[in-house]
Amino acid sequence: MWAAISAAEAGARVVIAEKGYVGTSGPFSSANTGIYYIKPDDPVHREGTVEARLPLAFDLADKLWIERTFDQSYANLEAMARWGYKWPRNEEGKEYRGRLRGPDVLIFLRRRLQKLQVRILDHSPALELLASNGTVAGAQGINRQSGEAWRVDAGAVVLATGGTSFLSDVAGVKGNTGDGYLMAAEAGVRFSGMEFSSQYAPTAFDGVLSRGAHLDYGSLYDNNGKPITRGRQTVDAILQTGAAWAILDKAKDEDTRAMVRKTHAHIILHLERLGIDPFTQKFRIDFRSEGTIRAAGGVLIDDDLSSDVPGLFVAGDLATREKVTGAGPPGGGPAAAWAFASGSWAGRSAVTFARRIGNVAGRRTEPLGEAGLRPRHTADPALIPQELLAGIQAEMLPFDRNYWRFGPYLEASLKRFGSEWNAVRDGLAPPSAGDGGPTPRDLLRARETAAMLATARWINLSALERTETRGLHRRSDFPDLDPSQTHHLISGGLDRIWVERQPASPSLHTEQRALAS
Amino acid sequence: MIELVVDELCIKCDRCIAICPTNVFEATESGIPAIARQEDCHTCMSCELHCPVDALYVSPRGVPDPVDKDEIVRSGLLGSYQRALGWNRARPGGSDDDPGVLLRFQRKPDPDDKVRTKLHDLSLRKYI
Repeated sequence: MWAAISAAEAGARVVIAEKGYVGTSGPFSSANTGIYYIKPDDPVHREGTVEARLPLAFDLADKLWIERTFDQSYANLEAMARWGYKWPRNEEGKEYRGRLRGPDVLIFLRRRLQKLQVRILDHSPALELLASNGTVAGAQGINRQSGEAWRVDAGAVVLATGGTSFLSDVAGVKGNTGDGYLMAAEAGVRFSGMEFSSQYAPTAFDGVLSRGAHLDYGSLYDNNGKPITRGRQTVDAILQTGAAWAILDKAKDEDTRAMVRKTHAHIILHLERLGIDPFTQKFRIDFRSEGTIRAAGGVLIDDDLSSDVPGLFVAGDLATREKVTGAGPPGGGPAAAWAFASGSWAGRSAVTFARRIGNVAGRRTEPLGEAGLRPRHTADPALIPQELLAGIQAEMLPFDRNYWRFGPYLEASLKRFGSEWNAVRDGLAPPSAGDGGPTPRDLLRARETAAMLATARWINLSALERTETRGLHRRSDFPDLDPSQTHHLISGGLDRIWVERQPASPSLHTEQRALAS
Repeated sequence: MIELVVDELCIKCDRCIAICPTNVFEATESGIPAIARQEDCHTCMSCELHCPVDALYVSPRGVPDPVDKDEIVRSGLLGSYQRALGWNRARPGGSDDDPGVLLRFQRKPDPDDKVRTKLHDLSLRKYI
């Protein structure tokens, strides 16, 4: 949304196409999250904010990128304040802009888009990019309610389709099927850090909302009643003792409980609807994969959020965030700042690029979509998206395959995914619903499944290459950090996938060496 | 997942059809939206929030969880999500009502957790 806002403010004509509804789509629509920013007039806050999470970046972040990201997110929040968004205030009347309420922010930004006369296409998934002589020149897709095809010819395209959790059992993720990774790869981009993609978060065992911050007011236990921490110990507890439990017992008095109810309204409401009083009752929790959502890796970017392919820009979870949060975990605050900042930059950069292209009317373009959309051979009715998805999930969700990755399992999954990918390329096509062709829903399912399969391959190939444990990449066969692997892993390819090393950002290392000496 | 459109309350505005990000609802001849694709629901509860008459109920479970309509109506759960956030009749509100910004700072993080301690100290400087 920020890409569309910044592009429109720069004077461009902008179309935003969204699979769901602009203003309720994505996991943020049912979340409260923090957001990082740097107060421009406070050097202590500046230095502290840049430095605070460096220990979690495992030497793959770049301070200049951290600083520019949190400077930009401040500018975004300042703009929202100007447009009338209401933040809480303290006793002195000062605003606390460090928290965002998802449903409010998304609808607020939709209104801004309308005010800027951005053309909004709701329920309009993009199925593929268009290219003209090696330059991305638009996109096309379908309206899944009316069934009508849409097509936009554009001087530049910003992809911001979010990450994917491979449709794990968490709330708000069913639109996040990795479509952007596949569309971008078909155009020819490279990825970076796809192994930093094993983001897991707590949910109530019977529920689906994956949130962690409210647990700051609680305690976690394994199935024998032994206290544990969030993260690896939670996984151990579930694997070794059969279950993990939580209780918000640090919110003792009614004032604190009322505050937690407000500040974490979504998750508390979910728990209460499950019949749980989280303040007095231990409740069973699960730990579920969010995949690349609020993780670290993604499409490789240049300073202006351009990809390798002219005319194609990326933002948010789709773009690699390693320069800001390194190997991760990014946390909601940095992730929100990244979504705001990268969107703003990508939108502005896209306008600059489109101005150079000039008038796009009458340009000859070709559609780039292949897997799941245009099979190489006749459609193979034995390829069922639902069954393919179950196979992908069996490799990408379990603790012993993805939370803790293991070389032989990764190799086996890559072999399996490789033959499935070939079958998909040859014959995955949505079933035809009589004369009218496939329904929009079937069309989308086939394409989404191809996207998740492709994404799983880049992830697991990168994960196999990184023989160590670092941030959001954990190997049970290499449980320690290996300082000699302080580099980025660049990956890509569709039929033939590949991975290679790239040195980490020199600016940070220069600085570290200076500090050490 | 979405479980209920209370037809006695529904004003047939079709707003839920428009705003559902996973296209769960379908317009019907009666004018009351049908839950046509429940398995596509991802429990974001946006429909509850955007319903001007609190006619919808979403179960917190990720699988079908049939509920008794009369029981839900009697329970007071209808509209409870809007009330929890401070929204009213699908109009946003309450984003400025977050006592957490005052109270959260009274609790210090574990001093051994250097990252959280630093973030805690910084958050005290975040007011604008």
